[in-house]
Amino acid sequence: MTSIGTGYDLSASTYSPDGRIFQVEYANKAVENSGTAIGLRVKDGIVLAVEKLVHSKLLVPEANRRIQTVEKHVGVATTGLLADGRNLANRVRDEASNYRSVYRSPPPLKELVSRLSMYVQVYTLHSSVRPFGCSTILGGIDESGPGLFVIEPSGVAYGYHGAAVGKGRQLAKTELEKLKLSELTTREAVFEAARIIHLVHDDAKEKDFELELSWIGDETNGLHVPVPKDLFEEADRKAKEALENFE
Amino acid sequence: MPDGSFAQQPQQRQFNPYTENGGTILAIAGADFTVIAGDTRQSEGYSIQTRYAPKVFRLTDRAVLAVNGFAADGNMFVKKVKQRLEWYRHAHAKDMPLRAIARLIQTMLYAQRFFPYYVYNILGGIEEDGSGAVYSFDPVGSYEREACRAAGAAQALVQPFLDNQIYFKNQMAAAGQSHPLHLPLSDVLAIVIDSFTSATERHIEVGDGLEMYVVLAKGRSSQGLDGLRGAQEISTTNDGDRVFVIRRELKKD
Amino acid sequence: MDHFPTSWGRPRNEAIDAFNTYPLHQRPGHAPKTDTFTDGVQRTQQPIVTGTSILAFHYKDGIIMAADTLASYGSLARFKTIQRLHPVGARTVVGASGDMSDFQYLQNQLDQLTIDEFTENDGHDLGPAEIHEYLSRVMYGRRSKMNPLWNAILVGGKKDNGERFLAYVDLLGTTYSAATIATGYGAHIAIPLLRSAVEGRENEITEEQAREIMTTCMRVLFYRDARSLDKFQIATVTDAGVNISEPIKLETSWNFAENIRGYGAQTQ
Repeated sequence: MTSIGTGYDLSASTYSPDGRIFQVEYANKAVENSGTAIGLRVKDGIVLAVEKLVHSKLLVPEANRRIQTVEKHVGVATTGLLADGRNLANRVRDEASNYRSVYRSPPPLKELVSRLSMYVQVYTLHSSVRPFGCSTILGGIDESGPGLFVIEPSGVAYGYHGAAVGKGRQLAKTELEKLKLSELTTREAVFEAARIIHLVHDDAKEKDFELELSWIGDETNGLHVPVPKDLFEEADRKAKEALENFE
Repeated sequence: MPDGSFAQQPQQRQFNPYTENGGTILAIAGADFTVIAGDTRQSEGYSIQTRYAPKVFRLTDRAVLAVNGFAADGNMFVKKVKQRLEWYRHAHAKDMPLRAIARLIQTMLYAQRFFPYYVYNILGGIEEDGSGAVYSFDPVGSYEREACRAAGAAQALVQPFLDNQIYFKNQMAAAGQSHPLHLPLSDVLAIVIDSFTSATERHIEVGDGLEMYVVLAKGRSSQGLDGLRGAQEISTTNDGDRVFVIRRELKKD
Repeated sequence: MDHFPTSWGRPRNEAIDAFNTYPLHQRPGHAPKTDTFTDGVQRTQQPIVTGTSILAFHYKDGIIMAADTLASYGSLARFKTIQRLHPVGARTVVGASGDMSDFQYLQNQLDQLTIDEFTENDGHDLGPAEIHEYLSRVMYGRRSKMNPLWNAILVGGKKDNGERFLAYVDLLGTTYSAATIATGYGAHIAIPLLRSAVEGRENEITEEQAREIMTTCMRVLFYRDARSLDKFQIATVTDAGVNISEPIKLETSWNFAENIRGYGAQTQ
C-alpha cells in the first residue's frame, strides 16, 4: 500500500499525483474481501447466486439477504458492505418507480443501470462522503431480453454474459468461461450457479456460508423470485456432489 | 332560454364532502349497567347500501361508542378514538375511564370545529364509581351526561318515547308512590327493542338488524343475559366490567 | 455546497426519503411550492370522462364483477373500448365508475403499491381487504382535502383465509360491504334483480349461473341506462386467481319499440 501516509488517500475529492483516487480503490478492497456473488445471463433468463458468509451461528437462517428484488423483473446481488447494498437497492427501486410514473411502462434494465451508476459515481466526487463499498450485479429481463450488469464502486458499469465479484471471483470467472452461457436454459443455469458458488467457497479459510439463489425466466413469468425450495435443494445437493468428484 | 341568457348564467357547483347514511342509535343508563344500541342498515337517499354496517363499537371493557350520521366520518372517528385509547393503554397500562373518554371525544370533535365530523356520538358504559352512564355529543363536541339519549334518523320518533318511558314525562305516579330512578335491565332491553321495531315501522332509513351492547358493572351478576337469545359476551376479562352484545333481526322492507 | 448526501441527486420524485434522515422541509429547495398561480389552482369539481355502473356479487367459487367498456364524455359515447376492471395482485379485482382519469391514476398507484409489496419479498401480499382499506384511506383523504377522486369503486376478491370479499368505496370515502353491490345507475336498476337472484344463495350459485345473472342485469341496464354500452366484461376471482373476460356483446331485441305509444314522434 504505497498510498498510505502520502495524504492522498484521505478524500475522494483528491487525486494522487499519478491520477488515482485511493478512496475508490479502498472501496474495492471492501468488495474483494466479501463473499462471492455471480450472475449468469443465459438463453432465456438470468440466475443470480451469492455465497453469503455467515459470521455467527446465532444468526437467523435466510436473514440479511444479499439478493434483493427491486422491480418485478429486476434483481440485484450485492457484495461488500451489506448496508450499502441495501441503500443501492432502495435507490434502484425509487428510480424504477420514477421511470414508471413518467413513462407508464416497466423500466428497461439499461436505464436502471445508467441511473444507479450515476448515483454511485457522485459518491466518488466529494470529500464529505465515502464511495459505496459494494459491487452490484443487476440482472433482469426487459423488451430486449435478459440483461446482466455490474456496477463497481467507481460508478463504472459493464454488461456481461457471466459476472463474478467478491473474494472468489477469479475462480468463478474461470468456471463461467467454461460454460456455453447462451445455450443454457435458466433451469440448467441454476445448477451451474450453485456448483460454482460451492466450488469457490474456501472451506479452509472461511466459516460457514449460506447459498442464495434467484432467477428470472420463462418459468417465473419474467418475475425476479428466489429459486423455489425443491429446485434449490436439488441444486444445492448436486453442487455438493460435484464438489466431491472435483476434488 | 331562447335569447341564450341561460348559457350566460355562470354555473357554480361546489363539491359537497358530506352525505347522510341514515340509521338510528340510542343508549340508556341503568343503576349499574348501560345499554347502547343501533340498527345496522346503511343507506344513501332511497338506496339501501348494505343491511349490515355496524354503528356501535366496543372501545374498552367499560365503554361502548355509537356513531351516527355520515358513515365515512363515523368510521374514521371511531378509528381515531380507538387509536388514542390504545396509546393511553400503552402509556398507563390501564384502560381510560369513561368520563375521560367522553372528554377526549369532545376534544377530538372540537379540533375539527371548522370542518366537522358530521356524526352524532353516544358514549355509554360504566363510570369508575360503578354507575351506568350515557354521554351524548353534537358534531362539534358539546356534550353532557344523561340517563338516556336517541340520535340519528329516527331521533324524533324515539326520543319522546324514551322521555316518557325512562324519565316518566307526562306520567303520574300512583298515589303515595314515586317513579323509580332506574329501571331493571330486562325493562330497558324491552324498551330498546320496542324503540327500534317502532322506528323500523315508521322510518324508511331504519331496519335490517339491531345490535344492542350491554355493559355490566364489575361484580354485577350477568343475570338473565347469558340465557338471552343471541347474547354473546365480548369482554376481555371476567373480573371487571363486562360487555355483551345481543343481535336481533329487524324488518328489511 | 450542501453537505447532506441525502439531499444530493435525489430521485426525480422529490418527495421520497425512505429513512427520514433529514427533515424534508429544511432541505434546500424543499420549501412548500407556491407561486402567483397557487390560489388559482383548480380541483376536480365534476367528472369529465365517465364510466357508468359496476355490478358485483358473491357466488359459490368467489366473486363476480362486471362493467361495460364505455367511457362517456357527457352524453357523447366517447371511448368504446375502455377496460374498467383492473386486477390487483393475484386475488383482487377493482372496478370503477365515475371519472376515468381519476381511475387511471388509481390504477397506477395500485400497480406501484403491488410492486413495492413484491420487492419486499417477505412472504406477504396484498389481498382484497388490504386494497379496499388502502383505497378508502386515499378516497377519504382526498375528499377531506376537498379534492376528491370522482369515483365509486368496487373491490372484490378472495382473502388469504379463502373467504370472499366484496366492498364499496366512493368519492366521499363512504364504505360498506355486502353480498351484492352495484354503483351508479346499477344501484337502482340492477340491485333489486341481483338481490332477488343472489341473496341467500351465495353458496349455491355456480359460475355459469353467475354469468347468466350478470348478463341479464347488464342487458337490463343497457336497455334503460342511456350512458351504457352493449359491450361488457366479466371478471371472476376464485381460488384459481383473477380472470377478466374479453369484451362480450349483449344480444338485444328492440321489437317492442314499435309498439310503444304515448310519447316520441307518434302520438297514437
